[in-house]
Amino acid sequence: METVIEVRNLVKKFGSFVANDHLNFDVYQGEIFGFLGANGAGKTTAMKILCGLSSPTSGEAKVAGFDIYKETEKVKRNIGYMSQKFSLYEDLTVAENIRFFSGVYGISPADRKEKQDKLLKDLGLESAKDSLIGSLPLGWKQKLAFSVAIFHDPKIVFLDEPTGGVDPITRRKFWDLIYEASDRGITVFVTTHYMDEAEYCNRVSIMNAGRIEALDTPENLKKQYSAKNMDEVFLKIARNTE
Amino acid sequence: MFRDTGYKYAAMITIQHISKAYKNVQAITDISLEVQKGELFGLIGPDGAGKTTLMRILMTLLIQDKGTATMNGFDVIKDYKKIRNMVGYMPGRFSLYQDLTVEENLNFFATVFKTTVAENYELIRDIYIQIEPFKNRLAGKLSGGMKQKLALSCALIHKPEILILDEPTTGVDAVSRKEFWEMLKNLQQKGITILVSTPYMDEATLCNRVALMQKGKVLDIDTPRNLVEGYTRKLYAIRSNDMHRLILDLRSYEKTDSAYAFGQYLHVTGKDDEVEATEFENYLLKKDHHELQVFDIAPTIEDVFMELLREVE
Repeated sequence: METVIEVRNLVKKFGSFVANDHLNFDVYQGEIFGFLGANGAGKTTAMKILCGLSSPTSGEAKVAGFDIYKETEKVKRNIGYMSQKFSLYEDLTVAENIRFFSGVYGISPADRKEKQDKLLKDLGLESAKDSLIGSLPLGWKQKLAFSVAIFHDPKIVFLDEPTGGVDPITRRKFWDLIYEASDRGITVFVTTHYMDEAEYCNRVSIMNAGRIEALDTPENLKKQYSAKNMDEVFLKIARNTE
Repeated sequence: MFRDTGYKYAAMITIQHISKAYKNVQAITDISLEVQKGELFGLIGPDGAGKTTLMRILMTLLIQDKGTATMNGFDVIKDYKKIRNMVGYMPGRFSLYQDLTVEENLNFFATVFKTTVAENYELIRDIYIQIEPFKNRLAGKLSGGMKQKLALSCALIHKPEILILDEPTTGVDAVSRKEFWEMLKNLQQKGITILVSTPYMDEATLCNRVALMQKGKVLDIDTPRNLVEGYTRKLYAIRSNDMHRLILDLRSYEKTDSAYAFGQYLHVTGKDDEVEATEFENYLLKKDHHELQVFDIAPTIEDVFMELLREVE
């Protein structure tokens, strides 16, 4: 299996505070990788580094085969990003959002036209092409946001709490999209506070106080921590923070 | 003061036929409910359900278009000043002064309500003691969990009769969420009536009663236990070694009504509730699923909520 994220002895310090303390892990192509941890455990810091938005203090990492010190622009072109807080522009239309993000990711206008038609057809959103994002139901918005995040066929898509505040049916429909992307070979790197969603990942890492305390399949983690479910695993690892 | 009016209300919060629209968006539609004295009551629902709008009306920060509401017998429009003195509120967004220290924030809120930290310290002691070592730190520099504890301390410092908390656990990790609910249970023991909102379905079971909300409407109100017992569908838990294929295969099976992921299992209902476990099993074995498990399972609040959503849509 091809390794698409490779992290070795990654350290990030803010003054004397160690936000990421010697992280080591690999993520493979097409994998759904759950990146869990308590608030303040260092998840956001690590994600920013992997997205090429922040430099580590020491250590090495490659994302989609590119070095996160020297090749941050190439990293950015080969990843997608979506979060509940930031995804699409509410006061632009569906087509305008697609055009904007295509521009950001360097997709040529000719390619865009073809891909856009296919995307709108697949999502059943052809009639909503000229509607403002703000006027769409949440479920559609989410589908579109995710599709736009992978519009440029990135190797990896980073999802930062993509399902926060969403109703239980829409939340599950979103996971259908994640599975489909993974079937197409896109690696999904996802954070969540819903422990049932941790069960849907191929592998899960759990951070605590800047370190990765556990990394394995949900099945193995449950065995290792003699836990009924991932919620119990998480509580056992992340208790005693702060 | 309200304590001297001589009225005794069993219902601490009454809401009757409340509606509110913002321009062309109907935020809440004809909501009626009561919260009893000493109750821990949950408004459960996703973003856009109308939880915040309802709370802001009760807090006298918004005026409803239709209907009436009272807090401890006082009308939310006429008696807003009295209500503000007896209610503690923790809004969804961090509402404290970021450039004041922990201790300054607490003193500020005590002073606004014409009391002192010392006078009501007993009420907040268990919570505040956890952040007291950082009392000289600016509120803006606190971690998420500590901000939450400070906000709760400030909401309590005037010893409110009613506490209203708008999504206190959103974006909070599973450990801090557990701790927060333990704090709420302790406050309830002290006789405070609590109205709390959350998008996390599993937190419903920690409330005495809940209102399940979606798109401005109340779908149902009851104790978590009654809600779950009222679910009459036959529900199966199913898993195999390939969960994504399992869900696709089940959805394309003519006898499946719904198939949703629930942690390590799928929760599945049949078209009519006559479909037997063995029928699912045989179908899936033919589809070449391995390590197959099919068994009856008791519903959770989330199953109930999803069934209600399906009925509405």
